[in-house]
Amino acid sequence: MMLTMEGVHAHYGHIHALRGIDVSVQVGEIVTLIGANGAGKSTLMMSLFGNPRASAGRIVFDGEDITRLTTHEIARRGIALVPEGRRIFPRMTVLENLQMGAAQADPANYEADIARVYAMFPILQERQNQRAGTLSGGEQQMLAIGRALMSRPKLLLLDEPSLGLAPIYIRKIFQIVRELNRDHGMTILLVEQNANQALRVAHRGYVLQHGEITLAGSGAELLASPEVRAAYLEGGAHG
Amino acid sequence: MSTVVFAAHGMTPAERLRDAGWIAFVAFILGVPLIGLTTVDVGGRLAVNTRFGLLAAAVAVAFGGRLALRWAFDRLAARKASRQRAGSAISRTQTIANVLGWIALGAAVALPIAFSDNRYVVDTATTVLIYVMLGWGLNVVVGLAGLLDLGYVAFYAVGAYAYALLSTQYGWSFWEALPVAGAIAAGFGILLGYPILRLRGDYLAIVTLGFGEIIRVILVNWTEFSGGPNGIGSIPRPSFFGLAFTRSAPEGGHSFASFFGLEFSAMHRLIFLYYLILVLALLTHAFVSRLRKLPVGRAWEALREDEIACKAMGMNTTHIKLSAFAIGAMLGGFAGVFFAARQGFVSPESFVFTESAIILAIVVLGGMGSQMGVVLAATLLVLIPEFGRNFAEYRMLLFGLAMVLIMVWRPGGLLAHREPTLRLAKAAGGEQ
Repeated sequence: MMLTMEGVHAHYGHIHALRGIDVSVQVGEIVTLIGANGAGKSTLMMSLFGNPRASAGRIVFDGEDITRLTTHEIARRGIALVPEGRRIFPRMTVLENLQMGAAQADPANYEADIARVYAMFPILQERQNQRAGTLSGGEQQMLAIGRALMSRPKLLLLDEPSLGLAPIYIRKIFQIVRELNRDHGMTILLVEQNANQALRVAHRGYVLQHGEITLAGSGAELLASPEVRAAYLEGGAHG
Repeated sequence: MSTVVFAAHGMTPAERLRDAGWIAFVAFILGVPLIGLTTVDVGGRLAVNTRFGLLAAAVAVAFGGRLALRWAFDRLAARKASRQRAGSAISRTQTIANVLGWIALGAAVALPIAFSDNRYVVDTATTVLIYVMLGWGLNVVVGLAGLLDLGYVAFYAVGAYAYALLSTQYGWSFWEALPVAGAIAAGFGILLGYPILRLRGDYLAIVTLGFGEIIRVILVNWTEFSGGPNGIGSIPRPSFFGLAFTRSAPEGGHSFASFFGLEFSAMHRLIFLYYLILVLALLTHAFVSRLRKLPVGRAWEALREDEIACKAMGMNTTHIKLSAFAIGAMLGGFAGVFFAARQGFVSPESFVFTESAIILAIVVLGGMGSQMGVVLAATLLVLIPEFGRNFAEYRMLLFGLAMVLIMVWRPGGLLAHREPTLRLAKAAGGEQ
């Protein structure tokens, strides 16, 4: 098991944002977490990263209890985050952004990793000396993913990667997610509002509501489930 | 003639020699009347004397100078060409800033020579350089790390008082006290940094403002330690490698003037102080520019851009913030030491909030994070009130107006452009 969360609770001040979460991710899986706005998806992702720290429960990553570690220590264990809203470094160049991603990695791998990211996203190489803030939203999302890959993570967390992107880029992003998993064996935890697309690429999925897991199953099962259809898919995009 | 060809744009050595030869010939023709012949007063009537030795020397200098100049120009052209080949076109803004920088440096070095008898100019230029150095120090904290610090003057005060106390109480010399005072200031930087790790933006600014005031209030009230409002006087001046700038040499020793066989002049010390702060400022610049290219400098910039992303990259934001505060504070401390040594007197009066505000204004007006911008803004902000002296009581009005105009005209600061710390990655070049 790559990651297990057992009975995790988290608070933002007085708000009880997570109420006993049980989630697991196996090596080589794409697991998605869907839910409405404010259901606690991003909180779950961030509490995995110790920000806010889980107030109860246990988080085990790669056989090690990481519940009490600080954010940067968790990141150094081999979890990389592609944060919501991308959060690239806008005044720095594309290349500098990628370099920041490798800040804690072994410098010996740096050149190979840059080459790998450029091969995956040729547009980033074209724009490598451009300020990252001048990229389009989709390109910024690719940069955020590329930056996360620079640390050679064991587990990649993607927080709402399709948020605010043009449809063509949304397709592209999900295609990248699938390729990363299939061709590079990357284990991925994907948080999405775009339930339809997310469940299509994922092996398994969890539905989060009011800080609790209300449904779990394989991607296809959830896609077919009447509750999921009613809550997240009806009236939405049918692909 | 020669088979050696350097490069497409270059000249063969023979061509270079011929070129230099022509210049030397012209120098000779011009030099005969200008240098070779001179009139002397021999017993009340004029006679013509020859100075062919001097003429030969002048022609030789012209010849050698031309050779060196050509060589330097060719080198420069070659470097430019190779840069263009590398495909990393240097931005125009950057070229301008570079040229500006070299001109400014040349002017700064030449200034005391041109104005060697003008106390006012040298003094004002020294003040500009103090502010440049303070601006560069604060630039680390505000411009690079993005931590708004309204109490920077506290570190300036710590450095100044550290030197004042170490020298008057324990007899330390300027050079002994400089690193220690810097370290003490850095310690205060960390002291300030710890409680405010979790703060940002407005809250951070308020706490730093409070910190600046606390230091000042302590200096005013702790009379036994700091002399209170009276300050500390008769602080020893720095010496030139042990040679003091005094009228009379100490017994069995030399003063600066007697050692070099010069007549004593008060300007020697001023010019020495000027060059001292110039060297300190240049060292600061080299140090900060170097840091920017190292992981720690890039981490500062990343922190300014996005703290959460920084943490997610596995960066320890605590260390990054503390290092920014410590290094910024240390540079402020160095400037403080110099200030105390130059004035020979320190009092809390010199370290009021207005000073913090002016230093911050220098960083913001210059363009956050821009080293050249700081120089421009410091020069402007020191010179405007000086030129404004004719306007008597309106001069501070003028000062404020200038600041408003700069911000309206260039909202990002005078030189807002940020130069990337690296351009082409060699490994990435050949990919696909």
